[in-house]
Amino acid sequence: MIEQLADSWNYVIVIILMMTGLFIVIARANLIKKLIGLSIFQTSVFLFYISLGKVAGGTAPILDGNPGTLYSNPLPHVLILTAIVVGVATTALGLALILRINEAFGSIEEDEIIAAKLNQSLARPKRPIDEASE
Amino acid sequence: MMGSVIFTNLPALLVVVPLLLAPISALFTFAGLGWAIAIVGTGASFIFALLLQSVTENGARISYHLGNWEPPWGIEFVVDSASSLTLVVMSGLGFLATLAARQLVKNEIAEKDIGKFYAAWLLVSGGLFGLVMTADAFNLFVFLEISALASVILIGMGAGTDRRALIAGYHYLVIGAVGATFYVIGVGFIYAMTGSLNMVDIANRIPDASGSAAIYVGFGFMVAGILVKAAIFPVHIWLPAAYSYAPSAVSTLLASIATKAALYVLARILFTVFSGMPEVVTIALSNVIVPLAVGGVFVGTIMAIYEADVKKLFAHSSVAQIGYIALGLGLGTPASVSAAFIHIGNHALIKGGIFMAIGGFVAALGARASLDSLIGIGRRLPLTATAFVICGLSLAGLPLTAGFISKLYLVRAILETESYVILSLVLISSALSVVYLWKIMEVMWMQPAPARLPKLVENPAIYLPIWIVALGNIWFGIDANWLVSASQMAAQILFDLSSGGGA
Amino acid sequence: MMSLQIAMLIGLLAPLMVAVLTPFLAVRHVWRDAAGPVGGVITFIAAVEVALAVLDGETPRLFVAQIAEGLAIEFAVTPLGAIFGLVASGLWILAALYSVGYMRGNHEKHQTRFAAFYAVAVHAAMAVAWSGNLLVLFIFYEILTFSTYPLVTHKESAVARNAGRLYMSILVGTSVILLLPAVVWVWFNTGTLDFRPGGYLEGQIDPTMVPILLGLFAFGVGKAALMPIHRWLPAAMVAPTPVSALLHAVAVVKAGVFTILTVVVYVFGIDFLAKTGASQWLIWLTAFTILASSVVAISKDDIKARLAYSTISQLSYIVLGAALASQMAVQGAALHIVMHAAGKITLFFCAGAIYVQAHLTKVSDLDGQGREMPWVFAAFFVGALSIIGIPPLGGSWSKFMLMVGAADAGYIAILVVLGLSSLLNVFYLLEPLSRAFFREKIKSVEVKRHPLVVIPPVMTALISVALFFYNETFLDLAILASGGR
Repeated sequence: MIEQLADSWNYVIVIILMMTGLFIVIARANLIKKLIGLSIFQTSVFLFYISLGKVAGGTAPILDGNPGTLYSNPLPHVLILTAIVVGVATTALGLALILRINEAFGSIEEDEIIAAKLNQSLARPKRPIDEASE
Repeated sequence: MMGSVIFTNLPALLVVVPLLLAPISALFTFAGLGWAIAIVGTGASFIFALLLQSVTENGARISYHLGNWEPPWGIEFVVDSASSLTLVVMSGLGFLATLAARQLVKNEIAEKDIGKFYAAWLLVSGGLFGLVMTADAFNLFVFLEISALASVILIGMGAGTDRRALIAGYHYLVIGAVGATFYVIGVGFIYAMTGSLNMVDIANRIPDASGSAAIYVGFGFMVAGILVKAAIFPVHIWLPAAYSYAPSAVSTLLASIATKAALYVLARILFTVFSGMPEVVTIALSNVIVPLAVGGVFVGTIMAIYEADVKKLFAHSSVAQIGYIALGLGLGTPASVSAAFIHIGNHALIKGGIFMAIGGFVAALGARASLDSLIGIGRRLPLTATAFVICGLSLAGLPLTAGFISKLYLVRAILETESYVILSLVLISSALSVVYLWKIMEVMWMQPAPARLPKLVENPAIYLPIWIVALGNIWFGIDANWLVSASQMAAQILFDLSSGGGA
Repeated sequence: MMSLQIAMLIGLLAPLMVAVLTPFLAVRHVWRDAAGPVGGVITFIAAVEVALAVLDGETPRLFVAQIAEGLAIEFAVTPLGAIFGLVASGLWILAALYSVGYMRGNHEKHQTRFAAFYAVAVHAAMAVAWSGNLLVLFIFYEILTFSTYPLVTHKESAVARNAGRLYMSILVGTSVILLLPAVVWVWFNTGTLDFRPGGYLEGQIDPTMVPILLGLFAFGVGKAALMPIHRWLPAAMVAPTPVSALLHAVAVVKAGVFTILTVVVYVFGIDFLAKTGASQWLIWLTAFTILASSVVAISKDDIKARLAYSTISQLSYIVLGAALASQMAVQGAALHIVMHAAGKITLFFCAGAIYVQAHLTKVSDLDGQGREMPWVFAAFFVGALSIIGIPPLGGSWSKFMLMVGAADAGYIAILVVLGLSSLLNVFYLLEPLSRAFFREKIKSVEVKRHPLVVIPPVMTALISVALFFYNETFLDLAILASGGR
């Protein structure tokens, strides 16, 4: 059992990171911490793909003209490049939203925001509400 | 010559046109121009989708190789009867939603942001079209995220009238990202075991690798990720807030097209990608999808009954309706899957119309649509309200409306599988849906409006698109030939592929 | 044949036209109010034309649209449908006249909306009557429910809204949960939804399932007001009386029993049903409903509530006729649709006339009022006798035939039930009259004369008498319906 785990230590790390990230996303009330958790979670998946692509004894997949050379699989790496871009975009958008949330609610703690929502749930709409319908 | 170039590249154009128009729209701050660009983009995609549908409605299959890389190495777009039907529904409703958006966003979004608003709008549309067409499992993730990130932007723009939109957007971002990442994990497992990312190729290779736990794990992760995106109970929690705090126009767009794409992807994964291990898929269908679908139907309906905010009410109702579609998929017979496709089309029509009409109320009232603010609205905004009633009756499944056709075929499909418990649960929930609908009808028409209210003026730019959708609800309730036969063809194609006839 | 199709079109579209035109005609109240009776006359002429063709053995057909494969919107008039069409359209003429008088006399609000939805309801009833298959029947059954909702909640008060909720929840609930699956079940098992003489379920369905399917229909058709799903009918009495009179004594409830009768005759087939004995439970349930609702009627002081329970009881006569599944019983049931309609609409007209003219709603308030409104009470008397089933009034025929039918089918106990029910009828229907004529006046009220609410009940009372002597048309249609010729 231990041996098996030690053999695939890279996957063990992936799983540890994955669980850590997911736990943070679910358990933390601070919106920034949530986002950090999300990033850790996504990064674990990146690592998972990268270790998938590694062929034991293979070199970097750059053609050297020698037919006997063993290469690692480049495809997962390329995929993860795309995924990293997506991850960055997600984080950036999340941070931008947190900024706006902080402006609107004066807090980035989820429980405080919920309390604020209950107190005064509506911001003023741009057009004045008809007096009679209020 | 030109025509044939366009024709052969239709699948790519359907995605590229909206995606390319998006940054152009973002450059301008002039509101009318942004809208015009969006109209061009969504209108063109509707035409493209119709052309594709006319080519594929008899079961033909278009395989488009992006950059001329042969599948399974390159990315492939597949348009067949199933995806083209979904595309027509989505692009058609997307176009109508864009038509209505012009007036609906006026009071909700600042003039200077409108260019960017339509940019995100086009990104959502293009991303969802790509989602439906792509036959590459990883490419699917990319489209999933393009559309999800753009939807978050659109939802967040609701902050102009209600700051809770920001929270809704944030939650959708995080939950959606977790769902998408689950999906990617699943793809990783499948890739590790089959060495392919092309859906049909995976399907062909799975029998060799079946029995391996990694395949099952990959299957579980992929399905779980898509369940989140499709807002199937209990991972639907992002949906009610997202729909209800988004700007009215955005609610219309998301409600009519976003979850439909995800549901289509779910069907494709269940019936195409994993057709090589039918026993496992069957277990997943009957033990996971069906119970969750029925749960969603009930939770959505009951939450809607107790909800006072009208937009949120219909968002909960969407959860229930998604449950019906998922149920159709989950029963896994050709009849039930075609019933699911019928409801994908009809529900897009119904909810599109309803959210448009609510947008119309909000625009005229300048206040959130709640059971209080809508008192007597029937007499104050008769045209919008009548169209709303038509869509509402369609939601309740009144005969001669589109919703009835859905119900008829779903009930028939369930009867065919002889699952009487499910049948009675579905029928009870369908009767309960009249309760929340009637709550609103009563408020709108049967309660005298408070005295001395200012006169409201109806704007043709708002009610005309709503009426188009409302008449669509009646049209597809009387002449359902096209939708029914297209859906049956779609289901047949999905199952043909799953029995190895594809590729 | 061509002209028949036109007649059918007219019969179906004339009420709809009235509904569509009403808002535009509302600029002149006279125009709007004339639209109903005129539309009624046109519809009735069309219905007569169609009924005569049916008597000649034809089946007038009108194809409208193909919804999808195997699902057509098509009208085809069965003998039963011809009967119901005649009743609904003929009584609409008088009811439209009456409702003008009632609504004006009461100064009701939203008269235009009322008139429009009233006509939509008649349209739906005509479409139910002439429906060519189960799908069309179901479609217009539902439309009938939805179009009568604004009429039930017409007063827009909290009581009316609550009644409206009960009305919708029972009628829509039963139809969605029970009737729809029953229809789909038939469709799924037989591949067709058409009506065929003699029925077609035999051999198509597992015999042990027949009672269940029949139950789905019997309870799915909430409009037939079988106990225990009868509560909507008394609740609907909150509507203005013209609604109670035409819709909740004729069009809506008759659409319910008509549906059951049609399904039994043209889908199950009475021979098949009699052979399997699948309807036995329904016979006893109707017997219970007949007696129980009569007893409840006695306890009701409100005139309209009493009439509502009387209606529940009488509707069960018709369902009983279907459940007995003998030719004579079906004929009696078909005839009872006509006879009860004429009698009960008279009673409701009278109740409304008493309300409009003297603002009395309770039986106990009627003491000594007989002489104030002699025509109204005379009409009430005739209507009551017809419901009780005393010659020379129309109601006696149908009741007699039902009794013979019960004896034919070998249910002697049912004869006792019917006899007992007649006694109870005597008690609760004649009590208001005895109070009105033989008791001291306890309330002095000012009686305002409104001829438009008095003439229609007198007319329908005369019709009840005439139906005793001149009923060959209906009888022939009923015999045709039961497959007797």
